[in-house]
Amino acid sequence: MMPLVTIANLDKAFPGVQALKQARFELLPGEVHALMGENGAGKSTLMKILAGIYKKDAGEICIDGIPVDITSPRAAQDLGISIIHQELNLMNDLTAAQNIFIGREPRRAFGLFLDEDALNRNTADILEHMNLRLDPRVEVGELTVAKQQMVEIAKALSFRSRVLIMDEPTAALNRSEILELFSIIRQLKANGVGIVYISHKMDELKEISDRVTVMRDGEYVGTVPTASTTIDTIISMMVGRSLTETKSEVPDLSRHEVMLEVRNLSRGSAIRDVSFHLRKGEILGFAGLMGAGRTEVARAIFGADPIDGGEILVRGKPVEIGSPEDAVRLGIGYLSEDRKRFGLATGMDVATNIVMPCLGRFLSMHVFLKVRAIRETARAYIRQLRIKTPSDSQEVRFLSGGNQQKIVIAKWLARDCEILFFDEPTRGIDVGAKNEIYKLLNALAAQGRAIVMISSELPEILRMSHRIAVMCEGRLTGELPAEGATQEDIMRLATQRQSITTDAADAMIRESTT
Amino acid sequence: MTTLAEQEAGTITKSAVFSQGTWQKILAFASLIVLMAVFSIASENFLQRDNLIGILQATAVNGVLAVAATFVIITGGIDLSVGTLMTFCAVIAGVFLTYWGLPLPVGIIAAIAAGGLCGSVSGTIIAKMKVPPFIATLGMMMLLKGLALVISGTRPIYFNDTPSFPMISQESLIGAILPFLPIPNGVLILFIVAIVSSIILTRTALGRYTFALGSNEEAVRLSGVNTDFWKIIVYTLSGSICGIAGLIIASRLNSAQPALGQGYELDAIAAVVIGGTSLSGGRGTILGTIIGALIISVLTNGLRILSVAQEWQTVVTGIIIILAVYADILRRRG
Repeated sequence: MMPLVTIANLDKAFPGVQALKQARFELLPGEVHALMGENGAGKSTLMKILAGIYKKDAGEICIDGIPVDITSPRAAQDLGISIIHQELNLMNDLTAAQNIFIGREPRRAFGLFLDEDALNRNTADILEHMNLRLDPRVEVGELTVAKQQMVEIAKALSFRSRVLIMDEPTAALNRSEILELFSIIRQLKANGVGIVYISHKMDELKEISDRVTVMRDGEYVGTVPTASTTIDTIISMMVGRSLTETKSEVPDLSRHEVMLEVRNLSRGSAIRDVSFHLRKGEILGFAGLMGAGRTEVARAIFGADPIDGGEILVRGKPVEIGSPEDAVRLGIGYLSEDRKRFGLATGMDVATNIVMPCLGRFLSMHVFLKVRAIRETARAYIRQLRIKTPSDSQEVRFLSGGNQQKIVIAKWLARDCEILFFDEPTRGIDVGAKNEIYKLLNALAAQGRAIVMISSELPEILRMSHRIAVMCEGRLTGELPAEGATQEDIMRLATQRQSITTDAADAMIRESTT
Repeated sequence: MTTLAEQEAGTITKSAVFSQGTWQKILAFASLIVLMAVFSIASENFLQRDNLIGILQATAVNGVLAVAATFVIITGGIDLSVGTLMTFCAVIAGVFLTYWGLPLPVGIIAAIAAGGLCGSVSGTIIAKMKVPPFIATLGMMMLLKGLALVISGTRPIYFNDTPSFPMISQESLIGAILPFLPIPNGVLILFIVAIVSSIILTRTALGRYTFALGSNEEAVRLSGVNTDFWKIIVYTLSGSICGIAGLIIASRLNSAQPALGQGYELDAIAAVVIGGTSLSGGRGTILGTIIGALIISVLTNGLRILSVAQEWQTVVTGIIIILAVYADILRRRG
């Protein structure tokens, strides 16, 4: 079979970084080809070159065996190549149909007026083709993320795309939405569309992909058929070494001081009467389905959002936390699940970000910055956490997700916080960096810091936690000791509600057994 | 979505040698030199000492206002009230010195304090009441214009009872020491304000937070920084600097002209933008702003020497602003 896409010996350099070295890739018609690699391995760069977003430095791209020069996203579209970005590019105030045909609206009356009927009809055709029940007239902003993604796919199909690149398409989807997406992918496959699937989720790859190409440090490592390759093999190809996934021992913490106690915390329907305590040196895992109120609890304790009622005690003393400033003064740190939006000033350098919460410590005469001390502190953390950055004056946006996460951690270590909330600490981080974050969490707990770890990945919860608290619909539905707890135990608590659907529980369990 | 595009653009063209701000500064500085070269070839009068000093003199007020605006713009905000705030502060100086006959230092402090107070009001409206900066300062602009007219009874206030008042901007302290360099005090004040502001921006916590607010305000807040407080401080500082501008202009005219002021904010913003400060916040330098202000003055002066009509000078300034920003965009695109 003639490959749809053949990429050979592709080079791409950004100032200071060789992003791609002799990269290779091949896509067959009707194939789902997973592209894997740690963050910074060059997957996205490779695909952005294919989609005309970046220009290649050297190398060859062939479509149907014919060498092509893809100079712009428009040129890629004309060649039948579409990319669906991780962050969706939709106009929320326009309808689905208006989004799909933006720039190509059907016209009537000598091209003066838009033909809204034809627009909606054409869209309905495409959606029907996808077996998707969706009103073309619905405003995109009112759709769920999953449905918005479907709109993006419909848009790509409207260009008669033969090559569809999906960058982490399931990052924000729940299990049933993922299944919906997969059924559409299978349909596209049957129609001969080639799909490049970038993801970190191993179980999904097993389920949907035909072949896997692994990249590391901008180089091609290898291509293997998915069905006959184990996950461990793929991981070791990605990281160049094998990883151990062992549970650390749970220390006896019963005589440790209670660092944080929360009594009857509540805010509207998001947080309902939540009480728990956290001991020195403990990692308390917060499990639950998405939207169970875990992030809300963390933000409320941190003073980021107001609360309706409840009591917070730090080291046994009742405290008033009205703002993040108060929380930080009490030694509480919060590492947001959305690093770029809430954790980092990405346009500023590494050193500035690290000392952000404790800038007051680096002032002479209460006014002037001690520039040298700031850099020394930053460098100490860069070494300690093994942050990969050319220097402390590098802008944070040029670093990979794992390294950005380490900078957020460094920030709170520099502030010397004793109580730390980690909200989805490994989201969007590749396997190798994940392991490093786990080690770091264990080391922090061993030093005596008290840690709350919010995670939607049950294996992560089971592996890391000393004790597990489970939330459902704003309530704390139960606590489990880490010893002997199973995914099923957690799921039972996570779905303890009136409208309980066993389907959801089953789906979650299946999703998490990787 | 735009941030993603910006990030990508930044990734592509990120220079290993100079940061973006540095490039824009070099570009702006080169434009200034080219402009001056062109004018000095076109007219032998241009490079005369007195003319150059005149250019500096003309830059003093806009330069100080532009420095004030730079702080606010780096936080990602905008301040439309700098012009009328300047006038308001001049009127306050007039009230203290002429109406009430208080000593000169009291008048100076009153003008600067009035600026700071108005700035803190704007800052509070923006930070605490969450009114967008554009609207809050648009309101302040009109409010202050009205107040200046009300307080002064719509008449200029002259400083005839304070004979030393014109010295603030017109005498030359430098000239007294170096007779061949009679740079007026107004210009000296501009340079002092610029240097102190530059130190504040690059060397102090306030400066660091100014950039951080423009870079990602929510991340700064969640770092435990009292962002509302620092934002108010930035607007307060900016307002105080407008107070200084008010003193310079009142001293030069030896009067507070209550009808003056509107329109100055746009010249100030133009200088900031030509100087390479990003209107979306997080980036900018005082040096760039000063060069931007100088470009505007050189242009006005040079075109006047070449007998180009005033209306056309404005047209050219408009084109220059667009070109300056376009050049920056071209460079970013690589």
